[in-house]
Amino acid sequence: MIKVLYFSWVRERIGQPQETLETRAENVTALVEELRRKDPRYAMAFSDLNALRVAVDQVLVDFDAPINGAKEVAFFPPMTGG
Amino acid sequence: MSINIFVQSDSFDLGDVSNKFVRAQHGMGAVVTFSGIVRDLNDDPLKFLEIEHYPGMTEKAIGEIAKNAMQRWSLGDVLVIHRYGKLSAGDLIMMVATAAPHRRDAFEAAEYLMDYLKSRAPFWKKENTNTMQGWVDAKDEDEDALSRW
Repeated sequence: MIKVLYFSWVRERIGQPQETLETRAENVTALVEELRRKDPRYAMAFSDLNALRVAVDQVLVDFDAPINGAKEVAFFPPMTGG
Repeated sequence: MSINIFVQSDSFDLGDVSNKFVRAQHGMGAVVTFSGIVRDLNDDPLKFLEIEHYPGMTEKAIGEIAKNAMQRWSLGDVLVIHRYGKLSAGDLIMMVATAAPHRRDAFEAAEYLMDYLKSRAPFWKKENTNTMQGWVDAKDEDEDALSRW
């Protein structure tokens, strides 16, 4: 089981801030593929990966990063702190 | 040499915080503080700005950035306060303070912290006016700013 979190407009498009999923995906890209197939809302939220950033266990990573053994994966747009 | 990070919805008193920070330094000759405030919009006044963040990762990410600054420059303490929640035009959003024996280290470290906080700390801003609400897009220039470090 893995916790998946969504922030900003990704959260709004998907319609929830987080969910817990059963997945066999070995990396982020494979998880995104699974999510895209779930529902059109996900397909829309994940339509352009260039507009998204991903963190695995609260560390910013690339989309080819492994998720085996990870506790949480978060998807969000580029950050706007400061 | 300590790092203090506060991610909070409450406001803070810039004067109080700055004075306490200065008094806590020993052997330092310079303190630089930067504060960010909510900018109003020109044609369509801001009703409020909503700041969302990723609890847990936010503190970790800022901690990493501050640790890197400590390694890179000769510093005393580093302080970062960043707010989340609903803010109005003119409200304080955040501040950084850096102390160093000499001013150049304090200035550069403060700029470094700000550049990284902009695009590596998990915050997102949503502007709300009477006519629209929309997420603030990250700027290419903010990402490009990191290349100088």
